[in-house]
Amino acid sequence: MFTINCPYCGERDQSEFSNGGEAHVARPKDPSQVSDREWSEYVFIRTNPKGIYYERWVHTHGCKKWFNAVRNTSTDEILKVYKMGETPPPLKEFKNTIKTPSGEPDVGSGNFSVKKP
Amino acid sequence: MKKKYSIFNIVKNAFSNNQNWKKMWRNPEPRKFYDIIIVGGGGHGLGTAYYLAKEHGLKNIAVIEKGWLGGGNTGRNTTIIRSNYLWDESAHLYEHSLKLWENLSSELNYNVMFSQRGVLNLAHNEHDVKEIKRRVSANKLNGIDSEWTNPKEIKKLVPIMNTENCRYPVLGASYQPRAGTARHDAVAWGYAMRADELGVDVIQNCEVKKIKTKNNRVQGIETTKGIIRAKRVGVVASGHTSVLAETAGIRLPLQSKPLQALVSEPIKPVINTVVMSNAVHAYVSQSDKGELVIGAGTDGYNSFTQRGGYNIVEDTLRAIIELYPIFGKMKMLRQWGGIVDICPDASPIISKCEVEGLYFNCGWGTGGFKATPGSANVFAHTIAKDKPHIINAPFSLERFVSGRLVDEHGAAAVAH
Repeated sequence: MFTINCPYCGERDQSEFSNGGEAHVARPKDPSQVSDREWSEYVFIRTNPKGIYYERWVHTHGCKKWFNAVRNTSTDEILKVYKMGETPPPLKEFKNTIKTPSGEPDVGSGNFSVKKP
Repeated sequence: MKKKYSIFNIVKNAFSNNQNWKKMWRNPEPRKFYDIIIVGGGGHGLGTAYYLAKEHGLKNIAVIEKGWLGGGNTGRNTTIIRSNYLWDESAHLYEHSLKLWENLSSELNYNVMFSQRGVLNLAHNEHDVKEIKRRVSANKLNGIDSEWTNPKEIKKLVPIMNTENCRYPVLGASYQPRAGTARHDAVAWGYAMRADELGVDVIQNCEVKKIKTKNNRVQGIETTKGIIRAKRVGVVASGHTSVLAETAGIRLPLQSKPLQALVSEPIKPVINTVVMSNAVHAYVSQSDKGELVIGAGTDGYNSFTQRGGYNIVEDTLRAIIELYPIFGKMKMLRQWGGIVDICPDASPIISKCEVEGLYFNCGWGTGGFKATPGSANVFAHTIAKDKPHIINAPFSLERFVSGRLVDEHGAAAVAH
């Protein structure tokens, strides 16, 4: 559970918002020209990173406006919020704290973001 | 099987103050090369290694686990086992699993505490009633013991349930008597022990960092304990499967979300079956220790933090108290989250992929525990023969291109 800084209303509880999945997924320009595989990619496949993730949110129980956010999915930390239509901030702007692909400490399982002081 | 657990063994070991029990499995260092590597030491992964060794007679197998055995979703689920799924494909898969469950304790000579206490799936409105009746009929055609029960019969099975004086009255339910629960840790331990006995190296505290491929063929894996070469690699890493797949350049149709569960303080037996409700989203059973085991929902966003939001727990508990007013004053002992990988059609993927020698068993989403033996069994077949078993053929990656999905969204489980 976390709070989200809505660009229109300010900081509110996450439960006021609904998630819209990955941001900046472009619909193929001419769907009749793409192969079944490409169409399947567009319909079903989204990135699912442990780390920096560009996503969409809507302030359902508030201004009902859509906006984009950059969140670290391994800590749920929201790193940046920006409006629809704005250029997404480049990935290198964010420091990726993940040590290994799954973001776990070298030994043992668990959630390192909780263990952080 | 060498290490038999029996009454004589217990007596014998009691004389030496239980100090001389043998270790259940070895703790080997990884070799440089294996024929088959299974990534993920949960029930599905360990089971796969066991069936590869047992049924297919294969040698030189390793299971690589980043934490401890069964410390992921195997130890985090609500242990419900059932097979009353709507579509033929799912029904066959879960029924195959249920049949294996029925004999698992004796097959492994390890008590997985499989208890066939039955499961009720409640209907709260006209639509639910029609949907559930349809599912009961579909189940019967597939030879699954499913039946429609009316509120009077439900009240007899679960006297503490409030069926009438609530916002969503209970209008009926489907009942599967052969369904039930099992001890989840024991499943991982039992499979690990028997796989180890058959020569499988079970390697813990070793995280896979990268799946190495060359010319569209799997070469091995890079781990925190060095590079291990392999001819075939099976990935059964639940919520982290797509992260691993990405390292081999494969994009899977999976989204990872936290799914929560919680248990109450232990109380005397009050509920001797499993009760699930799709419409109000609440499911509950009572463990042998006496704790109520309650399943909550998934969060509405992708995340790898094993915790989840409190509003999700609140929603579930609200429904639980409405259905069982008697639980109103109870205290909850623990709450936790596991990262589940959800497919667009809420059905699993047990499949080969475009990289030769690389196999995936993932997408179990919110209901993989019940399928543990069946999934492991058909996945072992897929790896050993390099082609799917007839049961898991419909659960290929190809279905997202062909469009032949197995849509189980809320058709049989609670909707997440």
